[in-house]
Amino acid sequence: MTTHLAKVRRRKAEPALARLRISLGCLLLAGLLTMCSKGPSPANPTGDLYLQLEATVGPAPLVLNTGTYPNGNGEQFSISAFKYYLSNVKLTRRDGTHYAVPDSYFLVDAAVGTSQHLVLPAVPTGEYTGLSFVVGVDSARNVAGAQTGALDPVHGMFWDWNSGYIFMRLEGTSSASATGRLLFAIMGFQKPYNALRTIAPAFGGATVTVSPDHQPEIHLSVDVQKMFTGPAPVRFAEVYDSEGGPSAVRVADNYAAGMFTLEHIHPN
Amino acid sequence: MRWASVACAAGLLLALGLARYCSKRADAAARSALVAALPRNFPAPVYAPVPAREAFELGRQLFYDRRLAHDGTVSCASCHRQATAFASPERISPGVGGRRGRRNAPALQNLRWKHTFFADGGPKNLETLPLAPLTNPLEMGATLPSVLAKLNADPVYVRQFARAYGPGPITSYQLLRALAQFTAALISASSRYDRYVRHEAGGTLTAQELRGRALLQRKCSSCHATDLFTDDSFRNNGLSRSFPLDSGRVAITFLPADRGRFKVPSLRNCALTAPYMHDGRFATLAQVLAHYDHGLVDSPTLDPVLRQPNGRLGIPLTAKEQRELLAFLRTLTDSAFCRAPGLAAP
Repeated sequence: MTTHLAKVRRRKAEPALARLRISLGCLLLAGLLTMCSKGPSPANPTGDLYLQLEATVGPAPLVLNTGTYPNGNGEQFSISAFKYYLSNVKLTRRDGTHYAVPDSYFLVDAAVGTSQHLVLPAVPTGEYTGLSFVVGVDSARNVAGAQTGALDPVHGMFWDWNSGYIFMRLEGTSSASATGRLLFAIMGFQKPYNALRTIAPAFGGATVTVSPDHQPEIHLSVDVQKMFTGPAPVRFAEVYDSEGGPSAVRVADNYAAGMFTLEHIHPN
Repeated sequence: MRWASVACAAGLLLALGLARYCSKRADAAARSALVAALPRNFPAPVYAPVPAREAFELGRQLFYDRRLAHDGTVSCASCHRQATAFASPERISPGVGGRRGRRNAPALQNLRWKHTFFADGGPKNLETLPLAPLTNPLEMGATLPSVLAKLNADPVYVRQFARAYGPGPITSYQLLRALAQFTAALISASSRYDRYVRHEAGGTLTAQELRGRALLQRKCSSCHATDLFTDDSFRNNGLSRSFPLDSGRVAITFLPADRGRFKVPSLRNCALTAPYMHDGRFATLAQVLAHYDHGLVDSPTLDPVLRQPNGRLGIPLTAKEQRELLAFLRTLTDSAFCRAPGLAAP
């Protein structure tokens, strides 16, 4: 304890020097580590896995702004923005165990083509029989303060005055809406209106094999109409916006029930 | 070949992680003075990161910078003034274009000990809190990308951020962390009361003040608890029958039981932070005490501690008791905090 305090005091006295010493130490260690980890490690081989998300509204491909679609409840609508978080990706092995892709937070934006192509890097090789992910951002990250990357609030997916991430955001227009507009900001991670949903699209016996030589690609279809149809149908005449709460739970229950389906797998 | 590159990348990631860990250690050492400065009479803080000097100074500059508002007219400090414990003397203070919301700007003090912020507890982390006033059209009316663009266009800020966080464009992470380094350091714990409980020089309370303290402990401390003088909870203290203008916590939780519930504020510096309540309806502390004595309005969510066994609402307080309470409340004034040059505009 005394030694520690003495160290702290010394560091305070010469902070620049201490910092330099620490940085030099870090550099040396970093170099060593890089050297040590050079070359293949046959004990733990890995490969990349790709996830391609294809947005549709019912059977039709999603076209922002100009497309007009039925919502499944006899109302028509257009979509100007559709974004969602896909996080906490897990791959299931045949024996029922999982591989959790570390720090996997993706923001998928229908307006940004590249955002629909997700790379799951350095997945341990092997055969996987299923996939699961969270639509949204887990409660821990919702309250963890400033974030970077996909979770940077600059992306417009952070709700500030009732703070937390928007899990799925749809903006658009519909003549059925009292205001003519639609704004669904699906969010909320606290009981009883927790809209976090974990989704595991059925693989139906399909498998995906990850190896150093193959970069398989899983294609998922993402049907936007499923926000409004399913266990709790949403009519725009009744609900045309959501900022969390009971309406968010309704939409989340809907999209959890069938928005994401396996299209096919390219073994590549 | 492919293997080598994957392994190299992994090595680099590890090294980066390690470097980050090391720099955290260095930060920890630099911050030790501030860790030691945590008030002995306070519970453990909620917000762990402790201000580092460079980021703190940056946060201080940002806090006082009007350019953050979309039209450059208001800063955080426009509504949160140091002389009044970073509260606003106005009932509702004006934002950009003179626009006004519906709530009184609260004191900013001891924020590291709070789980949630605002009268309704909407923001849940000190770092992400500033996003609300920055982007609220009635307050600073800006957007996060526009604020970052302004900062990145200013060579002085670019240099200062680089000193605190390393080179590269200024990010929202850096902006929010820097602001939090300043707001986390707004610690008020050097009132005469503090010196009394910590047995420090100048820590004497008069007999009347001590009677006021005993009264407060008996009649008010179920909400104004600990030496933070708040339990950080949300309660309906009988201001309205139906809360038509501002329903409080229910807007956050969607739970009917939370209608009319508002955050219990700290009593620290309350002699300086008039007007009172979430909407600034009471101009004086005497009015506040009168409200608790005989002004409560009943509603289904009224806090149970404000219902007396005889069916009466509120907290009965004689005129003498009110004088004693007021005398004690004044001992919570922390003039050093309200005058500290290190917290003033740079």
